[in-house]
Amino acid sequence: MKSRDTHWGWIVGAVLILIWSAFPIVWILSLSFKQPGEVIGGNPQFLPKNWTWSNYDYVFSIPLFTHALVNSIGISLIATTVGVVFATLVAYAIARLAFPGKGLILGFALAIAMFPVASLVGPLFDLWRNIGLYDTWLGLIIPYISFALPLALWTLSAFFREIPWEMEQAAQVDGATNWQAFRKVIVPLAAPGVFTAAILTFFFCWNDFVFGISLTSTDNARPVPAALAFFTGRSQFEQPATYQAAAAVIVTIPVIILVLLFQRRIVAGLTSGAVKG
Amino acid sequence: MASITIKNLVKLYGDGFPAVNDVSLDIADGEFVILVGPSGCGKSTLLRMIVGLEDITSGDLLIGEERVNQKAPRQRNLSMVFQNYALYPHLTVFENIAFPLRLRKTPDAEVKQRVEEAAKTLELTEHLQRKPSNLSGGQRQRVAMGRAIVRQADAFLFDEPLSNLDAKLRGQMRTEILRMQRRMGITTVYVTHDQIEAMTLGDRVAVMRKGVIQQVASPRELYERPVNLFVAGFIGSPPMNFLPAFVRGNELELPFVNVPLSEETKNKIGDHQLLIAGIRPEKFDEIGMVEEQKKARGIAFNAEVDVTEWLGAEQYAFVPYEAHEDIAKRLAELEKELDSEQMRTQMVVTLDPASRIRDGETAELWLDPTQMHLFNPHTGENLTLKEKAEEPAGRHSAPTDDGPPVKTT
Repeated sequence: MKSRDTHWGWIVGAVLILIWSAFPIVWILSLSFKQPGEVIGGNPQFLPKNWTWSNYDYVFSIPLFTHALVNSIGISLIATTVGVVFATLVAYAIARLAFPGKGLILGFALAIAMFPVASLVGPLFDLWRNIGLYDTWLGLIIPYISFALPLALWTLSAFFREIPWEMEQAAQVDGATNWQAFRKVIVPLAAPGVFTAAILTFFFCWNDFVFGISLTSTDNARPVPAALAFFTGRSQFEQPATYQAAAAVIVTIPVIILVLLFQRRIVAGLTSGAVKG
Repeated sequence: MASITIKNLVKLYGDGFPAVNDVSLDIADGEFVILVGPSGCGKSTLLRMIVGLEDITSGDLLIGEERVNQKAPRQRNLSMVFQNYALYPHLTVFENIAFPLRLRKTPDAEVKQRVEEAAKTLELTEHLQRKPSNLSGGQRQRVAMGRAIVRQADAFLFDEPLSNLDAKLRGQMRTEILRMQRRMGITTVYVTHDQIEAMTLGDRVAVMRKGVIQQVASPRELYERPVNLFVAGFIGSPPMNFLPAFVRGNELELPFVNVPLSEETKNKIGDHQLLIAGIRPEKFDEIGMVEEQKKARGIAFNAEVDVTEWLGAEQYAFVPYEAHEDIAKRLAELEKELDSEQMRTQMVVTLDPASRIRDGETAELWLDPTQMHLFNPHTGENLTLKEKAEEPAGRHSAPTDDGPPVKTT
């Protein structure tokens, strides 16, 4: 009977945590289906009084949002790809090669990760304006890569370190060059690590607000989180809350899809069976 | 197919520690050579220098006629089986075996044919589409072998390939490796710390200690004519007995028995007064079990048997004794080098399994002193070894002189 009780305990605990963490998301979801007037009207309630898709129709009709969506997707994908490829190579070197200054690189990367982003925005703003990177994709991609790199680096070098060195040596004896050994043996084995690093980097870029709002001024490069701040109602008498909620729901979808797609790859213990054990 | 020539090879680590120290060894084409020694003796480092995974500090390494010191592993055309197998977990068994061929851009049809052939020899055919993680230890070991034999390598290198298998499987795989090597006739270097593998597999065995080769010889020669205490103690199971021996005029005083010294032996000993006598356990016997005509050759003596171990096919008796202080210290050092730790100074005697001697009884034992080695206690050198006989022609061949190597009577 005891095990049955603990079983129920687990379920109750899980449900509580689920409610706790899902509540804000469900709240935004509900908000996005309300009519704009309902938010400021009396007698608020959790679920919409009249369900409507009009918020979604509206946000897709304004260039402020559609351009921002294109910017967000483009900038995040480019920053992630470049950052992860770069981090993979660096992490491999750090995990495998002995060279002077190795500890310095890792320490420096950690220091960058700890650096408060807000303190850099001012100087960057001035610099970017002077060299013409202000309000461009590249102007956001560069800071994203430099701030996402340390995290990816640490994640990946931990993964590389776990791959038995013998794998690579075996490949070399089998006739592989260093590059072939890396590409055909190490990268496939580190795939879960690469995916983890990629997802973390992508989330960082996708969710960023500070750089997005400071280093852009028009639809040229403004990402969605920054664009949400510029939402207005259809008239001056209307609150933009429901539109913002709809936009927020839309930008959350790719994140959820990504996690669902790759969680199995992240969890999969690909290295099992590589060595005896 | 190629010979491997090792000339004065040295490996210094960053802190100046010589892992391999001035090693020279000629491995003939098609020969099966074993590198054996206790852990940390540099045998694996030497193997990894041959394959190219460790840099060579100085010396020359030749494969065939070509100096390969500076060549990358992939340019040396050797294949290696690692201790942990080092299979690629993301590839199927088929692709694991095919990996070296794929790197050489071998046409698909040929890859398929050769992998299937290798799989057939190793009885892996039904597992070709499985992943290594789903295989048993023995099957993984066979996949690693398959990857090694699938291409025409100049030599096979094995780095303790059987040490992760259980005892029964190890015996089977050992025979399998030997059979395969004989069939393919390919030069093989095999590293192990297991002396049974060394004795059964090798055409020649190189015993290493602290980065230096002590002796290179056929297993039989190593067993019967060890050049020093280290080799004598390392080869043989149960190990050779080392007893303190005092020279008393024309006799040698051992813990339980005095042995007469021949003129020839006395010359070899020179003016040493204290020696270490090495006698293999099977050179003893119970007096009642010795044939009459043999009995006169040896000496009978009494000793108290502490413990006996009966193993079915053989039986061992343990006879403790008090050792001279110097000798006890020297023997303790030796034990440490050999990776073992003997709690007390004791003698092991092989008895006939039919023997009725029980623990605590006094047994009448018999010793054939012609089979005794005498070692210099300080240098460890085998003093009784005759001038080196002609190199025995082949594997497991007997020493060229008919009689036992050492005559002390």
